[in-house]
This record gives sequence, structure tokens and C-alpha cells, in this order.
Amino acid sequence: MGQIEWAMWANEQALASGLILITGGIVATAAQFAQWYFGVYSIAAGVFVCLLEYPRGKRRKGSTMERCGQKYMTKVVKLFGPLTRNYYVRAFLHLGLSVPAGFLLATILGTACLAIASGIYLLAAVRGEQWTPIEPKPKERPQVGTTIKQPPSNPPPRPPAEARKKLSEEESAAATSVPSGPQENPIPVTDEVV
Amino acid sequence: MGNWIINHGISGLILAVWLGLNVFLFVNAFLLYEKADKYFYTRKILGSALAWARASARCLNFNSMLILIPVCRNLLSFLRGTCSFCRSTLRKQLDHNLTFHKLVAYMICLHTAIHIIAHLFNFERYSNSRKATDGSIASVLSSLYNDKKEENYWLNPFHSQDMTVEYVTFTTIAGLTGVIITIALVLMVTSAMEFIRRSYFEVFWYTHHLFVIYFIGLGLHGIGGIVRGQTQESMHESDPRKCEESFQTWNDHHPSCKNPRFEGHAPESWKWILAPLILYLFERIILRGYRSLQKVEIIKVVMHPSKVLELQLTKRGFSMEVGQYIFVKCPSISYLEWHPFTLTSAPEEDFFSIHIRAAGDWTENLIRAFEQQHSPFPRIQVDGPFGTVSEDVFQYEVAMLVGAGIGVTPFASILKSIWYKFRQDDRKLKTQTIYFYWICRETGAFAWFNDLLASLEQEMEELGKVGFLNYRLFLTGWNSNIAGHAALNFDKATDILTGLKQKTFFGRPMWDNEFSAIATAHPKSAVGVFLCGPKKMAKSLSKRCRQHSSLDPRKVQFYFNKENF
Repeated sequence: MGQIEWAMWANEQALASGLILITGGIVATAAQFAQWYFGVYSIAAGVFVCLLEYPRGKRRKGSTMERCGQKYMTKVVKLFGPLTRNYYVRAFLHLGLSVPAGFLLATILGTACLAIASGIYLLAAVRGEQWTPIEPKPKERPQVGTTIKQPPSNPPPRPPAEARKKLSEEESAAATSVPSGPQENPIPVTDEVV
Repeated sequence: MGNWIINHGISGLILAVWLGLNVFLFVNAFLLYEKADKYFYTRKILGSALAWARASARCLNFNSMLILIPVCRNLLSFLRGTCSFCRSTLRKQLDHNLTFHKLVAYMICLHTAIHIIAHLFNFERYSNSRKATDGSIASVLSSLYNDKKEENYWLNPFHSQDMTVEYVTFTTIAGLTGVIITIALVLMVTSAMEFIRRSYFEVFWYTHHLFVIYFIGLGLHGIGGIVRGQTQESMHESDPRKCEESFQTWNDHHPSCKNPRFEGHAPESWKWILAPLILYLFERIILRGYRSLQKVEIIKVVMHPSKVLELQLTKRGFSMEVGQYIFVKCPSISYLEWHPFTLTSAPEEDFFSIHIRAAGDWTENLIRAFEQQHSPFPRIQVDGPFGTVSEDVFQYEVAMLVGAGIGVTPFASILKSIWYKFRQDDRKLKTQTIYFYWICRETGAFAWFNDLLASLEQEMEELGKVGFLNYRLFLTGWNSNIAGHAALNFDKATDILTGLKQKTFFGRPMWDNEFSAIATAHPKSAVGVFLCGPKKMAKSLSKRCRQHSSLDPRKVQFYFNKENF
């Protein structure tokens, strides 16, 4: 049991519970059952739970499959910092959310499922798990243009090493305001076309 | 087009038959409860919600019966064996057992939703009509026989006006079992989501055993007889169609219309689920128990790089085919868990082997237990072999085998078997050339497969048959370091990463080029394309098969086979 990340299963269970709460709530409200206002609450609670649980957290080991389009909700969930990162908060939040729905038969299934999800989150929290957002990897493309600052200062044709050394001594003595314009060949170059 | 029909036609037919049966059973039950006189008075209170609940209940019974059958693996192996004269396409349907199991499960979820919603309406209407004081027929019916505890002729299960819907739900057998089995169903479904199943197998395995609670609860669900219809005698005495209008005078000992009497509907779920349940329990307990008692000898233990353990085993009476899998249990690690592994040995070898990669708690513990090299190795129990028999691989002149990631494992068995058959000049082997494509992120965990390819390469050189097996390895997890290193060593005869004669490619294969090259090299052959990998690749390959198959049936034809190992 050492490697199981319970939070991943709790997340699936909570998402399912959210959908069940919404469905039960819609049935109770639309059909105007007795105490149907609990149904309205259930729809709201269900929507909230679904939005909160939709972005899947990052697994500790291995790669995590994102849910389709979850990056928008990831940003929102990330904003709440420790409130959404900590699974103790989520466990008690879900437990609290599930209680009012327990007063109406149509939503009592949602209560039971959300309470179970809360229990699994509690287990995850006790084992020190946390919700970490899945971030897109920043693109590291070096900008080709910025690495070239100056044209090469000593392009070919270059004289052999000794001549270059002599020249550099002469140059350092003379004034060094050489414009980086057209190349001035240090050795007369002839065009040897064979 | 013909290819598609052959590959998918039978699956499509089975699906159509299954859906058709579902629709038929639903409509049949719906019409019964909506029209029959027996439920005339019940409908006065409940309306159509009765028919919706009963119709979905019948479909639930039907699908609960079906869902156990695809996982009776011994039964499927038996059918596959006796069906050996059948066309392989028929037998291939048995390989899609898990897909069918999931479809049936989704249908159960759908009908559960319909059933629960319908019963919510039913309970609400029963409750309202019990509380109603308007003297309507519904309230009259609801008040019948409520005080006389001895007579069971009531219609409305809400016996007193104070009973809430929640009270009746949790104090009737039907309500209580219904809630329990629905929770069990939800837990089974959430833990069976692909993401959870693949990453944390034990969660899936243990939670899925809640099916025991589901089936027991389902069997008990109808015992209370809460679905009420008029008794035969009562319908003789007081025909509902005639007596309906005079409901206010039933009490006055009217000669032709007395108080109607009702009886509960006998439970019928057990009739549907008993046989498959017995069959499945027989498989799990008797057959697996018997098999697990049979001694498994560990011949050889090999530790490959990247924490891959190879076990070579023998068992009396064990015979396998290519591409099959076994269930393995190690009692010293866990008394209860059986884990599935694809067989990596060829049937021609005198042992069977599995390669176990560290991918979770159980596998890590197993590898650690064998690493310690204690002379008494932990005992292993084996059940199987089960699963697909990929004999089709040997039927094509040219075979194009594509293994992606861990999908390469069954190909170990296939390649070895092809090589054995080739050496022994087996008549069943029609293959003349194999193109093997191995696509993975990095070779680390599959270094053992690497060694297999290297040894096959060597053997082929010795026999002078260099063109028989052509393989290409594609590394999709490369970075500039690896590529740079490879570029520097371009001139070496063997690949620097794998040591194989054929060089490693980086990135994904360009399938169009590969298909054209094969089509050019074998202009008149039937090429079988076999894939064990992700769905996207399957779509891409099957599209290419259609595109590159020549219109002339005598020229090159590509046949796509997706194997679910």
C-alpha cells in the first residue's frame, strides 16, 4: 500500500459524487418533490464540487494524464493556495457539503458518495499527500538572434599563426578604432583562379 | 472496405444483437406495466413511473447476468479451444471480452440512473397519495388494508401518514439493498477508471470485489414484494375497468365491486443472475484454487537492468500459445492478489517466462524478494494461460509488427516463436519477411528485449538469413545530447545505444515512407500489420493500410490487426 496515491481515487469519487448530486438535485427541483429546496442546494453544491475536482492533481511519480481542458480550472484552483492544496481542508469541506443533501431522498446517494470521497481524502491527507497543479512546461528555445551581437572579428582568410601574433602586437600599439566595416586583409590576398 | 467488415463486422453484429435485446426487453416490460390490468390501480397512484422503473429493472437484470460472462476466462479459453475449426475472426471476438464487460457496465450505470429516478417519483407519489385528503381514487387505494396487519393486501407501502420517503427507503429491503448496491456500483466504477486501474492496480482489484455485495444485494432486492399488482381472484371479482368509477362505494359491500386486493411481485433477479454467478464463483474458487495448488517450478531468475525481473517457470500440464497472459500470485507478498502478466516465451520452449517491471507495490516487493537471492525462493502460483492467440501473425507472407512501449512484450513471444518455426521449417509458418517497429521513450526498461533482438540478429547471421527480420527502433524520448552522440558515432557498425546492427532512429516513424518502402519491396504480397500500442497509433496505421493497399487485389494489400494484449 506504500505507493498508492489515494487522492487520485478520491478525486474520481468526488467528481462522480458531484455529478450524482447535480442529477438528484435536478430531479427533485424539476418535479417539485417535498422539500425541493434541498434539491437546489444540491445542484449548487454539485457544481461547486465538480469545478473544484475537475483539475486533476499531479502524481508524485510518473506522468499524469490531464483531463480535457483542465488548465483553465487549474489556474482558478491554484489561486486559493493552501485551501485547495491541503487535503484535510478538502476532506472536511466535502463532509460539510454532503450533509444538507442528506435530508432529501433524491440527493442522499450524492451525500453517501461524497462522504466516502471525503473519507478517502482524509486518508490521503494523513499520508501527507498534496494537490500540486499540472503546469505546462515552459518552452526553452534560445533566441537565435540575440546570441549574435557582433560580426566575427577575425574572419578567414586568416594569415598563419605567427603572422597573426605579429600583427596583433602592431595593432595593440596602434590606435584600435578599427571600424567593423568591410574587412581589411592583413596580408595582400590575390585571387588565384586556376 | 472488405477488410473493415471482416475486422469489425462480427463485433458490430454482436453489439447490434445486444442493443437490440436491451431495447426489446425494455419496451416489452414497459408495455406490460403500462397496459396490463393487473397494475391498473397501481398506475392510478404512480402513473408511468412504474413502467419506467420496471423496464429499467428488467434491463438491469439482463445486463447483470451478462457482465460476469466476459470475465469467466476459463470458459472463454474452453470456447476458443473447442472452436478451433471456426474462423479466427469468430474466435477474435472472445478477445474483446473486456471491452464488452465495460460496455455492459456502462449500460448498467445508465439503467441504474433511470431506475432510481423512476423510483424517486414512485415514492414521492405514494407518499403524497397517502397524505392526500381529497378523497381521490389514489388516496382511497392508499388507505386500503393499512390497519389490518395480518392481511398482506395493501397497495401503498406507506402504511401511515407520518412515514417519510427516507423512512420507507431505509426500512424496506428493497430500499436498503438498493442504496447499498448503488454505492457499491459507484465505488466499483470510480476505481475502475483507466487512470486509477493502470496506476494503482491494487485499489481497482480490491474495490472491484464489491461485486459480491452488488450481486447479493441484487438477489435480495425484490424479496419484500414492494411492487404491487392486483391478485387474480380480486380481478375476477372486481374487474378494475368496470369498478374504477365506483371507487367511493367499494366499502358498501357492493356486490360486483369489492375492495381490490393486491399482492407483491415475486423476486426475479435471482433467476437471471444465479447461473453466471455460480459459473464465475466456480472459476474463481474451484479452478483457480485447484490451479494454485499445482506446483510451479522456478527454473531460472534473471535480473535485467532497470529493475526488470525475468522468471522462467515450468508447471505440469501447462501449454501456451503466443501472446497469451497468466495470473500470478505470490502468497508471501499478498495472500489475495493475482496480477496479470504477458508471457514472453515461445510455445516451442520447454519453460514459460514472464518479465516483471517494477510498477507498483506488489511488483516492487516481488523484485526485492527475488533480489535477495535466498536459496528458497518465494513460492509462485500461476493461473492461466488466458487471452488472445495471435496465430494470424504466422499467416501472412510479410508481417509488419509494431510494438509501442510496453506493447513490445507480447512480441517477444511472437518473434521467438517465428524464429523457432522458421528454423524447424514449420509448414504453418507462411512468413518470409518480418518488419518489426519498436517505438518507446527510452530503452531502459526494455533492455532485455534489446538482448533478445541482438541474439536473434546473431542467429540469423549464422544461418545466413539476414533479410528475414528487419527491425527499426524509434526512441521518442531523445534529447540533443543523445542525438549529438549518435551523430558523432555515425560511422560505427553497431548502434551506440543498443549495440544492434540496425541504427536507432530518433522521434516517431514516418509511416508513409515505411509503408511505401514495404509496398515497393513486396509488390505482390499480402502484408499483415499487427499493432500493440495506443489507440491513436491504431487509427494512424489503419488509415495508412487503407491508403497504401493497392486497388488491384493481386498487388500489395495491407491488412490491419489491432491486438489487445
